[in-house]
Amino acid sequence: MKNFLLELLNNEALVYVLMALVPLIWVIPFALFGVWWERKISAHMQDRLGPMLTGGWHGWSQTIADAVKLLQKEDLVPAAADKKLFVLAPYIVFAGSYAAYAAIPFSAAFVGAEINLGLFYVISISSLVVVGLILAGWASNSKWSLFGAMRSAAQIVSYEVPVALSILAVVMVVGTFDLQEINQLQTGPVWHWLVFQKFPFLFLACVIYFLASLAEVNRTPFDLPESESELVAGYHTEYSGMRFALMYLAEYANMFAVSAIVVTLFFGGWNSPFGEFLSGPWWGLFWFLGKGLAVIFVQIWLRWTLPRLRVDQLTYIGWKVLIPFSFAIILGVGAWVLAAGQ
Amino acid sequence: MSRYFRGVWDGVYTVLIGMKVTWRHLFTRAVTIQYPDVKVKLPERARNRLYVNMDDCIGCDQCAMACPVDCITIETVKSTPDVDLGLTSVGTKKRLYVSQFDIDIAKCCYCGLCVYPCPTECIKMTDVYEFSEYERENLVYRFAVMTPAEIDAAKSRLVAYDKEQAAKKAAAAAARPAAAPARGPAPAASPSSPAPKPAAGGPSPAAAPTTTPPAAPAPAAVSTPAAAPATTPPAAPAPAAGSTPAAATPPAAPSTPPAAPPKNDTNP
Repeated sequence: MKNFLLELLNNEALVYVLMALVPLIWVIPFALFGVWWERKISAHMQDRLGPMLTGGWHGWSQTIADAVKLLQKEDLVPAAADKKLFVLAPYIVFAGSYAAYAAIPFSAAFVGAEINLGLFYVISISSLVVVGLILAGWASNSKWSLFGAMRSAAQIVSYEVPVALSILAVVMVVGTFDLQEINQLQTGPVWHWLVFQKFPFLFLACVIYFLASLAEVNRTPFDLPESESELVAGYHTEYSGMRFALMYLAEYANMFAVSAIVVTLFFGGWNSPFGEFLSGPWWGLFWFLGKGLAVIFVQIWLRWTLPRLRVDQLTYIGWKVLIPFSFAIILGVGAWVLAAGQ
Repeated sequence: MSRYFRGVWDGVYTVLIGMKVTWRHLFTRAVTIQYPDVKVKLPERARNRLYVNMDDCIGCDQCAMACPVDCITIETVKSTPDVDLGLTSVGTKKRLYVSQFDIDIAKCCYCGLCVYPCPTECIKMTDVYEFSEYERENLVYRFAVMTPAEIDAAKSRLVAYDKEQAAKKAAAAAARPAAAPARGPAPAASPSSPAPKPAAGGPSPAAAPTTTPPAAPAPAAVSTPAAAPATTPPAAPAPAAGSTPAAATPPAAPSTPPAAPPKNDTNP
């Protein structure tokens, strides 16, 4: 895609800007309709209907109306807040979650930046989101927000380690950090997907990464930094209008980013589940987005099943369950690779 | 150690059970009723907005008295005997103009106590429950159908009638001394009793205007009903005494009985 645009426009700077904007074509509609989708799913899981009127068909445009409302709201900065940091925080949050899209391979023909350390880059850049959250919580100068930020800090030390360790197990199997290359290794029928390789080690690594990524994107049961029912809205309590919308957009962008990692690492990325059948750049995009939405569905499903954990329970899960299991997986996968080769 | 693995397994297993429950509910039919579009049928005896069928209201004020929150205000004007307000659907005669029948539905507590005493079953609770208003004033429902002009007319008619009756009474009082001697000397006059009223059991000649007998016939109450067909010679004293309209009727009245018993529904 980059070469095609280069030929078309013959201007490298312009091409890079365009390439950077392409994922937005997906992220913004996803954030809009993802919220609607989640509301519908949560409603039906509780035997309700959810939004039904806005836009006619099952309230499909409810979130568009919400976004328009947020645009019209007053841009409020609390008098006691640290104004510069307060204004800066949502941008850092969104930048952190959107930057991850640079290395995510949407299809065989499109990845924002073809870097051979893609996986490493995604894991590290998405940690920037937490800096934004803590900044928001601190700058708001509100107790709710500060508690949310503190919980976020306690959370990151719980989930980052298992995230890195479970990914390490995958890297030991595929021997590369390049996400596009990991995708190509999984080409073929379903059993070529990494989740079914070195069974059960990579399957467990998938579960561990998925659980830790739930904590990374602050989803129930690990939504401690937000905790609507105890901290009002946690770190973004004091935000309103478009800044709040930006926080929300970043949250959903982040959700899809971690789902994309799960899909790429374990479920074949843009590969068709039927081998050569229905494969190709456009089908690849379809499979990638479809699988990503399926993972997001599981995230939503878990959210509307489980209650929120306590802080100590989250740290227990992070340090006492996920990390030991990750180490065991690394040991097992390492022994397997050593004995049988990749 | 085994406790630890047991705990991890329980954690995973119970989460899966929970996910199974939510998955099942995802495909369970929603219980939501899309209210403005879909309305649940109310039970047959649901008590909601009050309705008054003014055609049947006789202005008896019983509903207003029963109301525990005093949300019903009724004012009536007595009708004069010369007007026929008609019958209610249950056959009760209406005697009062209902000049005001206001229900302040904002005060109403929907107890339904006003419904039971109503003799004509004209006040009832309907199944209408969507009647919110922007102004509280609009929640005062005015059921009376009379225009102010009609009310004034009815009132002035009543005043005129009362005045006339007072005059008649005065005349009768004046006539009594005259009548008393008349009765004394002529016991035969008993059949006289021009006074149509008491005798009313039968043909009731007084069907026409000015029904209610004034005080004048009162002495005649002694008379026997059998006197009906009589041509009432002694009738003379009474008319002689009185006012002109009253005087006009008695002669007319006796003329009717022989013909046929007229409709007597106007008689009390």
